[in-house]
Amino acid sequence: MTTSAWIVLLAPLAGFLVIALTAKVLPWRAHGWIGTLAIATSFAAAVATLIALQGRGEEERQVVSSAWDYAVAGGVDAQLSILIDPLSVLMICVVSGVSMLIHLYSVAYMASDRGYSRFFAYLNFFVFSMLLLVLAANFLLLIIGWAFVGAASYFLISFWYRRTTATAAGIKAFVINVLGDVGLVLGTFFILRGTGSVDFLQVFERIPEAFARNDGDLVAGALLLLVGAFAKSAQVPFHTWLPDAMEGPTPVSALIHAATMVTAGVYLIARMHPIFEQAPAAADVGAILGCATLIIAATIGLVVTDLKRVIAYSTMSQIGYMVMAVSAGAYVAGLFHLMTHAFFKALLFMAAGSVISAMGGEQNLDRMGGFKKAMPFTYGCFIIGGLALAGVPPFSGFFSKDDILLVMGEEGGWHWVLYAVGYVGAFLTAIYTWRMIFRAFWGEPVEQARELEHGHLYHAPEPFNPANGEIEDTDVGFPGPEHHIAERAWTMKVAMAALAVLAIVGGIVLIPHTTTWLETFLEPTFADSTIHPAENDSLLLVGLVLGAVLALGGIFIAYTVWVRRPGTSAQWQARFSGLHKLFVNKWYFDEAIDFLIVRPAAWFGRWGQQTFERVFVNGTLVGGTSGIVRAGSAAVRAAQSGFLRAYAALLLLGVVAVGLYFLIQSA
Amino acid sequence: MAEVFFFLAAIGAIAGAVGTVSLRNPFYAVLALVCHLLSLAALFLLLRAEFVAAAQVVVYAGAVMVLYVFVVAYVGDQGAPLGGGASGGLRVVSALFAGALFVELCIAVLGTGLSALSTEGVGIQGATGEAADQGFGTAAEMGRLFLTKFLVAFEAASLLLLIAAVGAVILARRRSGLEDPREISVADVLRGDGGTGIEAPTESMLESSGSGKR
Amino acid sequence: MSMEWYLVVSALIFSIGAGGVLVRRNPLVILLCLELMLNGSNLALVTFARMHGNGDGQIFALIVMVVAACEVAVGLGLIVAIFRRRLPIDVDELRELQG
Repeated sequence: MTTSAWIVLLAPLAGFLVIALTAKVLPWRAHGWIGTLAIATSFAAAVATLIALQGRGEEERQVVSSAWDYAVAGGVDAQLSILIDPLSVLMICVVSGVSMLIHLYSVAYMASDRGYSRFFAYLNFFVFSMLLLVLAANFLLLIIGWAFVGAASYFLISFWYRRTTATAAGIKAFVINVLGDVGLVLGTFFILRGTGSVDFLQVFERIPEAFARNDGDLVAGALLLLVGAFAKSAQVPFHTWLPDAMEGPTPVSALIHAATMVTAGVYLIARMHPIFEQAPAAADVGAILGCATLIIAATIGLVVTDLKRVIAYSTMSQIGYMVMAVSAGAYVAGLFHLMTHAFFKALLFMAAGSVISAMGGEQNLDRMGGFKKAMPFTYGCFIIGGLALAGVPPFSGFFSKDDILLVMGEEGGWHWVLYAVGYVGAFLTAIYTWRMIFRAFWGEPVEQARELEHGHLYHAPEPFNPANGEIEDTDVGFPGPEHHIAERAWTMKVAMAALAVLAIVGGIVLIPHTTTWLETFLEPTFADSTIHPAENDSLLLVGLVLGAVLALGGIFIAYTVWVRRPGTSAQWQARFSGLHKLFVNKWYFDEAIDFLIVRPAAWFGRWGQQTFERVFVNGTLVGGTSGIVRAGSAAVRAAQSGFLRAYAALLLLGVVAVGLYFLIQSA
Repeated sequence: MAEVFFFLAAIGAIAGAVGTVSLRNPFYAVLALVCHLLSLAALFLLLRAEFVAAAQVVVYAGAVMVLYVFVVAYVGDQGAPLGGGASGGLRVVSALFAGALFVELCIAVLGTGLSALSTEGVGIQGATGEAADQGFGTAAEMGRLFLTKFLVAFEAASLLLLIAAVGAVILARRRSGLEDPREISVADVLRGDGGTGIEAPTESMLESSGSGKR
Repeated sequence: MSMEWYLVVSALIFSIGAGGVLVRRNPLVILLCLELMLNGSNLALVTFARMHGNGDGQIFALIVMVVAACEVAVGLGLIVAIFRRRLPIDVDELRELQG
């Protein structure tokens, strides 16, 4: 079993190295298949690990396999070791499976891009980093994986690096990620100081003895870990990078910013659950912020007009659900939603990529319409993903979202607020999801759709940047000239079909009172959890019904506003113009961060360069020392005048001095 | 009697020295030095160093000074600025240093510093009597010392003379291309063109105008 | 005559020569002043020889004379070479070896 786990980790790394080293040697198409094959190997090994893990006895389901002992220093034993337990196996299966499908999709989608090989190398590197993150058995490897994932995200967001919007977005994402890294590392220090170890299993054992409940140090450490989780998972207030990250190619958005990287924060909180259970203050902060995120993101999703950004805000909102769940102790529910969300969100992004290709690179919802007839397969995938996202039974999203909110209700107390907000969010989710679908597929077909109906794929007269309309070319650093839609590329179809199936049936692993596979599977990891709310069957029933009603109601409202009575949305915008403005400006978070942090930092940098650097360092320190040396050597150089008589005079002076010395000596 | 000669020679030496240092015309300075050298030879004689005195007169005043005279005549008087226009500051400083040196040496000599000095030279009939027996200061004595006790110094000195002679010749030889084109050497004259450097034509005028014949 | 007088005279000649080296600008005359200094030391050497009663000092003085002759030959050769190149015969002008 450990062998297959190591293969899971190393196959993507091998893929990355092979692609990178044979970049000029092999034909570019080969690289796509090499990358996909590497991840397929990883997925196969992950499934093998799953089977092997289940084959073991109940008590032996947390295995640490160590490959290398870095050092034993300062009382800390740093090992290159991976932890194979149900949580990490779930994560590697989800990550490698979804990644494999996205690689398959990208084989066709990125086909005309000049940076094709680079893309697959980066994707493989990303998958390796993510797997390292979830397989890590100690804080050191976790931090390494965390940092690598941030770096891979930066590479991939600014993949089309000649677009200034893309590079700016990459920098923004990276800076916020680094902030999270700092939080993670500092949190690790707190934990290390208290427990004396970085190994997960050891730390979790020692937490109850090392810290009292809600101990100040532990809460501080947990809050810092939360900073890291929130930055990576784009939760308020570290969320501003995620919408901008849509500058990356659509497969990147599907993989990193929907299914895997942004779920790293959820994974972190779930893995660190002993810490959070011992510091409930921090856990409560996490739950509240997760809840806040889900509602804020849902409101913004109602008004944005860029197709990919709607899906991005939806991601933010759904991860808010997951964070809320794992912070409040609903681990299985949160991870269930993580899994199902990976399926339908990746599906939605892939389908969105198809639509954008059909539009010739345009991403604005205002300019889309009526693709129903022209792209039936893509439309079908959107419908399936939309139903799952809205939470319509029997799709997977229904069961997972419901499970989270049920546990919130079961916990009682102030969690009822989270429960209520969660359902409001679900309602809004249905509305904005179907707003997107109706606007893109229903209504009068736009000219791109009409062209496609006649069998001709639309090409924009000149390639342009969808974010700001700048004209570009199609050379390296920009998207390629060709666009690929699902109806015409079999790899895209296969990938999307697989995800559609999973989105439909994925809920089967944890249907209340019918199947408990996921719960029993994850039991060994969360056996030490102390949060066990009492089961409440009536609440379960209420929740199921309420969830279905709200989902269908939301779809109906979206249908009314955007299909049946087309002018309604404009009316509401006029009536609630204040709210509308708030939502369109994303609750002014960007402006606030700019004012509070970016400007002072920029001012400080300017001051540092103009005043400190120029005057003090260059002028005084550097100029001073060199000036002293120069003056000294000038003084000494003056003695080399070339005047013979000056030399003679010095000679004579020397003789006189020596003679004087000896005279005095002997006297 | 010896004191009178001593003072005369000493005054002559010092006057010659002062003259060398202060006379503007270099030729006069050379002459002053010659006077100084002769006075010094007299002092040597007073010290019973006959050979040294003779060498002083013959070699120093005779050969070296004559060489000087030749060179001064060749170089000539370069005019007023070369006289010795030392700025006032430099004069003061040099006077100061020289004075300081003199004072130090006097202190060394006259003070308690050099107590190893005996104030009276070993007389001719000296206490030990060795000086007279062995001919202090005579040529024979010098020769004996040169060839026995100071043989290496003697040989080294002759080597030094050779090197200096070669060096002087090399330093002062002509270098082509940099000389005054108006100067001609004996070699130029012997070449047959009277030192003009213009080559005689190898063919007659008849032949050189031959192109018209064809 | 006590030997100190000779030594004082020698010291005086040496000092005068040293001052002359510093004061004069014509290199020929500077060489002459150098000769003065050498002569001063010759006198001192012969005086010491007289003091000790052996010929060592006189030999030394003779060798000094040899050296002085060589030095004069080379120095004058230098001055002739300088003159041939039409450079000014003035130590204040000849100062290319400077820092």
